[in-house]
Amino acid sequence: MTEFSLFPVVFYLLATITVVSAFGVALSNNIFYSAIALMGTLLGPAGLFVMLAADFIAVVQVFVYVGGILVLTLFAINLTSRIGDVSVSNRSLGRIPAFVMLALVGVAMFRAIGQATWNLVEVREAVPTIRSLGDAFLTDYILPFELASLVLLAALVGAVVLSRKELREERG
Amino acid sequence: MMEIGLNHFLAVSVLVFLAGFFCVLTRRNAIGILMGVELILNSANINYVAFARYSSTQYDGQIFAVFVIMLAAAEAAIGLAIVLGIYQTFHTIDVDATDSLRL
Repeated sequence: MTEFSLFPVVFYLLATITVVSAFGVALSNNIFYSAIALMGTLLGPAGLFVMLAADFIAVVQVFVYVGGILVLTLFAINLTSRIGDVSVSNRSLGRIPAFVMLALVGVAMFRAIGQATWNLVEVREAVPTIRSLGDAFLTDYILPFELASLVLLAALVGAVVLSRKELREERG
Repeated sequence: MMEIGLNHFLAVSVLVFLAGFFCVLTRRNAIGILMGVELILNSANINYVAFARYSSTQYDGQIFAVFVIMLAAAEAAIGLAIVLGIYQTFHTIDVDATDSLRL
């Protein structure tokens, strides 16, 4: 490589953001800080997806995760915990056994990564993926695509039924 | 070290998975557990997209990543609706307190 490449620098930056905020989510004592750290963990992979030439997935990640799921999580936090005791509402139990288990699983996974022989190919040139993905969704993947819309409809109806007060009182 | 390959992305994914796993194991707050599940789904997504880039499958990995994101959205909506229901019944979302079904 004759010229200095920015690729590793950007990768390590995004990887650091992702991993540090992931452990922030796991270890923070304040559920609100956890939710804010979750934003870093969701935006970091969006950058990684761009580096992996997956532009559409990166945009969907930002729209759905950061724009949807994160806002929903913040709403749920504010609806369920009184502002006063927010700081004590995120207790963790059994951290030491969990760390032991984490170490075991982590060592096993890193060993698996080190030992596996992947069937890799030469990296193709990065091209826009939206047209190919759209074609794939409406040809080879038409059945999963339609099932996905059914699942989303069911989730929508289910969430409304679960959270409507008058319906719950009628049943109970 | 300067040549970024598949293994680097897999390492990031493993670390995110471990954080999510730890979250699910230790949190007693239902929303905290849901956040851990989101982290685990995200790490799976990094794997899918990384393999789509570095192995011979063309776009299959990316399509699976879209389905994972879709299911994560559905899971978050239903999960948080259940959490709100639990809060209205038990006035707490601590999962240790919601053990009415336990003998």
